[in-house]
This record gives sequence, C-alpha cells and structure tokens, in this order.
Amino acid sequence: MNAHAKPAPLGGPLLNAVTFTAGVLIAVMAVIVLVRFFYGLGAVTHLNDGYPWGIWIAVDVVIGSAFACGGFSVAMLVYIFNRSEYHPLVRPALLASLFGYTLAGVAVIVDLGRWWNVWNMFNPWTVNPSSVMFEVAVCISAYIIVMWIEFAPTFFEKFGMTEAKRRLSKIMFLIVALGTLLPMMHQSSLGTLLVVAGEQIHPLWQTPLLPALYLTTAITMGYAVVLFESCLASAAYRRAIETPLLTPLAKVMLGMLIAYLVVRVGDLLWRGAWPRAFAPSLEAIFFWLEMAAFVAPFFLIGSETQRRNPARLFLAGVALMLAGSLLRLNGFLIGYQTVIGAETAGVNYHYFPSLTELLVTVGMFAVEVLGYVIITRRFPVLPREAAHA
Amino acid sequence: MTTRREFLKSALAVSATAGSLDVAARETHRAPPTGVGLLYDATLCVGCKACVAACKAANGNPPEFSTADPLWDTPLDTSGYTFNLIKVYRHGTMETKDAEQNGYAFMKTSCMHCADPSCVSACPVSAMTKDPVTGIVAYNPDQCIGCRYCVFACPFGIPKYQYDSPTGRIGKCELCRHRHKDGYYSACAEVCPTGATLFGKTTDLLAEAKRRLALKPGTVTTFPRGRLGEAAIPGVQWRPEPDQRYEGVVGNYVQHVYGEHEYGGTQVLKLSGVPFEKVGMPKLPPYSSAATSETIQHTLYGGLIMPIAVLGLLTWRAKRAVKPEEGDDA
Repeated sequence: MNAHAKPAPLGGPLLNAVTFTAGVLIAVMAVIVLVRFFYGLGAVTHLNDGYPWGIWIAVDVVIGSAFACGGFSVAMLVYIFNRSEYHPLVRPALLASLFGYTLAGVAVIVDLGRWWNVWNMFNPWTVNPSSVMFEVAVCISAYIIVMWIEFAPTFFEKFGMTEAKRRLSKIMFLIVALGTLLPMMHQSSLGTLLVVAGEQIHPLWQTPLLPALYLTTAITMGYAVVLFESCLASAAYRRAIETPLLTPLAKVMLGMLIAYLVVRVGDLLWRGAWPRAFAPSLEAIFFWLEMAAFVAPFFLIGSETQRRNPARLFLAGVALMLAGSLLRLNGFLIGYQTVIGAETAGVNYHYFPSLTELLVTVGMFAVEVLGYVIITRRFPVLPREAAHA
Repeated sequence: MTTRREFLKSALAVSATAGSLDVAARETHRAPPTGVGLLYDATLCVGCKACVAACKAANGNPPEFSTADPLWDTPLDTSGYTFNLIKVYRHGTMETKDAEQNGYAFMKTSCMHCADPSCVSACPVSAMTKDPVTGIVAYNPDQCIGCRYCVFACPFGIPKYQYDSPTGRIGKCELCRHRHKDGYYSACAEVCPTGATLFGKTTDLLAEAKRRLALKPGTVTTFPRGRLGEAAIPGVQWRPEPDQRYEGVVGNYVQHVYGEHEYGGTQVLKLSGVPFEKVGMPKLPPYSSAATSETIQHTLYGGLIMPIAVLGLLTWRAKRAVKPEEGDDA
C-alpha cells in the first residue's frame, strides 16, 4: 500500500518540432493582439452587434475553462471523496488547469472593449453583485490565484524551498477546499450567463437548470481531459500508461454522465422543448451532434474490458470534450439570436470567426502546450517512472 | 465506502438547510410612477426621419452609409453611432399604409427603457443603470469595461458597441437626458412633425395610447405634438412650447399597447396598425429575464450562505485527506 511514485522532471530537450510550432503560433497571435489593441476589435474579428460574443468568449473562455476542470475534478475525487489512489493524476491535471484558466483570464482582457476600466470589476463602489458576469469574473480571478498556490509545491521542490513547502502544506487543506468551491461556483455561473438573454437563446439550450447542466458537464469534461491528457502524455513521452487509474476514473465519469443525461433529457421533456429537436434547423442538427457526442462514451467504454483499452479511453475522452464543447458552443453561438424574430426587424446578422480571430484562439492553446512541455520537462509534475529513473 | 456515505449525508444536510432558508424569488421590477418615456404611434408616422437626424445631432453621432455613394446618413439598423431609426414594413403591392396585406408601415427602433432592464442586470460594473425617478436607462462609459454582456442580453438588440474603435463605447438612446438640464426633452419627439413620437410621463403616455385605441377608426380626434403633459422631473424646467395640437384621423390600430406588459413593462410605448411581430417587435412574456437570472443568483449566493456552508463542508473533508506531515503536495 501507499508510496505512489513521487513526481519528477522528465528532462529532455525543450526545443523540438512541437515547441517550435507552438512558438511560431504564439508569435502570430502576439501580432494580431497588438493590431486589435491599436485598431479595435473590428480590425481583427468578425464580431458585430448581432454576435457581440465570438469564439474568444465561447471557445477561449467558456470552453477553455471547462477543459481546465481536470485539476478541480481530480482534486475533488482525491481530497474530498478521499480516493487517494488517484493522487498521481493530481499534479499533471492541475498543471493543465492552471494554464487553461490563466489563459482564459488573458483571453477576456483581449476581448474587453474598454479593458483599462477592468479594475471596476473589483471596486466595491462599482460592482453589481446581481450580475452573473461579476460572479464569474471574481470567482475565476480568485481561482487562478488559488490554483497557483495549489501548484506552488512543485516550484518549491524544484528550487529546494523545503521550509516554504512545509509551511504551505499546513494550510493546504483550506486551499484545496477553496480550489473545489470556486470552480463549482463559476462553472455553474457560466451557464447562468445565458439565462438573462431569455428568448434570445434557443429553447433547446435555455433553462433555469443551466447552472446544474454546466457544472456537471464541466466535471465530466475534467475527467475526460485527464483521460485525453494521460494517454497523450504517455504516447508523446513514451511512458507507461496509467491504465489502473484511468479505468476506474472512466467509470466515475460515466456515472456523472448518466446523471447529466437524465437531468438534460428530463428538462427538455418537462419544458416541452423536445419537439424543437425535430424541426429542420441548424440548431436541431447541432443538438443531435451534441447528444451523439454525449452518448458515444457508453459505446466506447461501456464495459470493463473496454475501459482497460487505452485507445478507447482516449477516444471516449475526446468524445466527451467535444460533447461539452458543443453544449457551450450551441448555447453561446449556434442557438443565440440577438433580435428575436430578426427577419421582421429587417436585420440580418451573421457570424463566422475571421482567420485572425481563429489564429488568436489557436495561439492561446499553443501557449498551453508550450507551457505544459516546458514545465513537465523541467519541474516535478509527472510521476517518476521506474524504467526512466 | 462509509466515508462516501457520510459525505453524501452531510451534503444532503447542507442542501436541506439551504433549501429551508426560503429564498424569495426576485419579482420583476415595476417602472417608477414618475418614469418618463416615449409614445410612438406608427399610424401617425410619415417616415420623414427627422427624428433620426435630430437624434444624430443631439448625440453628436456621425452619419453612417449603406449606399454606394456616401451622400446621406443611411444606417440599416441602430448601431454604436445610431441610437434611433425608422424602419419600413413592406408587403406585396405596398398600396395601403398601415395594412398588413399589400401595405407598408413604419416602426421606430430605439431603447424601450424597460422597467426591469436585462442590460442593467447583466452589467458587472454598474455602467448601465436605471434612474430611480425618471427610469431612464443610462450608460456611463467611464465605468464600462466593454464586455458587451448588455449587447448580448437585450431582447430588443438595443445596446450596440463601436467595433471600429480601439476605445469603442456602447451606444444607446438615453432619452436625451443630457439635454434635460437646459429644458429640452428627447430630440426625436421635439422635431416630430405629426406627433407620432411624443415625450412624457409613461403613465400619461399609456392613458393617451388607450384613448386612441378606444376611438373608432376613421373618426377625427385631436393629437398632441412634442411633449405630452408635465413630465415632472426634479430640477428640470421644460422650455415653454406653443400649443401644437392638431385634428387628425384615427388609425386602424391593433388593439395592443406594446410595452404595457412586455418584460414587466417598458417606458417607451408603441401603437401600430400592423401586428407587432411583423414590424420587428418581439413577442415577450410579462416577466423579465433579469428576474429569472437574479432569482437563480440570489438563491445560490444570497448572503454567501450557500458558498460558506459548502466551503465548510469541503474544508472538513479536505482536512482529513490532506496530510501536512507527509509533506506531500496538493
């Protein structure tokens, strides 16, 4: 019993094809962001008054932060539900979360039209506590700080700061508790953001249960990201796959998924929105794509034997990441209409992201990849391998 | 397994406590009785667009072009630089004004000044506010962070952003509140030659709208122009106006005052001869989305009771699982 392999740096070169590509993509993003700050949002995006929020919000922030729920989902399993066997998964998951959230925070600043006023969000005389956006912003900001503290032992170990590490470990339980509460709060609120838009959100995605739907899918996406990332890291770094951990984790994920689907389908039936899924529309097509992606994991890893197959675990992870992404993309963009009955109002707004807009989103993900590679190679994150040591 | 059962039990206990706190649903706000607004009567509108030009002048907005030659101000929708617009409904041969079939009609597009505005509920930094006396939904660019949640939230598509500028603002009608101190009311109502747009206290405007709906179409009645009634605002002395009333023919109205009940009521009211949904005015429930959204927020976060209870529970659990003596990481 006991004694998981301690985390250790992987070592190896920092410059390779992956990090070089990421570096180029980040440079391209930097140029576009500069143009945006000098010439306005219209210069590099296809945003318009019909679609005031594009992929920088829907993908970089809403979907990006859900992808970054691995750390919180696994930490909750280990520390709140006392399942210490998953402990080796915590650090790598937390690292991915750290980057995901920090970048979501950066992406928001790039998207803010009047970013120099952003301090008003933390000014007690100007804040509007009834605003869902306020709750999301404050919780995400606090969570980014909490996560850096949660991850600090990794840096303390690297730099031999044993005293600092010991001191921090005494209050770590409080940091862990906060690090579980804050994402629960803002991941649910990211769904609540849509409620005030009322009839502008297609009935397939507008319900008072949005906070519950977004929270449960954020947690399942967190586990899906861990499956995805563990398989990818094993393949890329030629390490043994952590199947004995991933197999039961996948089962937990399926359990949460069943709970989600019961609530989701129950809500659609109860509100009578179900027939809208059968109307010939773009929204209906995207609804079925979303549902198919949510159901796919049951076919991929429904049995215990299937859950021992790393390829299937990987695919199930990808399917669920896609499913949660579609739920969010559908709510924020596909199922959104700025003017109700726009055809009679004589307005016709369209949105499809511009190339420069896409390149910024790609650049944000490139920062995550680059950061992950550098930190896992130089800092103790992934569990030390017997064969490697 | 025992630990998990214990946890679930305590979690249920917490939610039961939170549930029994009897969190009152946030009701849809009502407009202040002293609130001011506009009454737009589409049957009186001749489509001259004097109001569009006057609005641009009053707010210092530049012209916008949608034609090949940039000769006239020709915006197709309201924007960060156009706060008021007259749109046209066309059907078939367009022979009859204010007829749904083979007719045409006008409709004004500008802020409705909702009793319970979505933009105000959405704004995280109180840059959108509703005046407790006049009920005017006002915008403060010095506080605004440009998140465009107001643009996203408004069911009428009213707040708009200036995407072409690195320092873009939100643009929307504020009922010319900046002119009030000099005794001038909304420019669109001031210049309207037929009284199709009237400025006044919303209760007065509603009474006038209902008077018109009760009249027999085709009969003659007196229509006011410019400002209706006293529309008293503390500290504001309106400039005296000559009697501008005139005799006109009662239109063939749809029996509905748009804005009386929509979203809990709006301070801008509308009358039309063509069904409102055909002229771009959305069918909305009598309650606001802001009320639904804030009910959810207040239920979950009211007094921070629920978050603190959950944090206590999580801390208790984490205290048992995170062992400092191991010197282990988190």
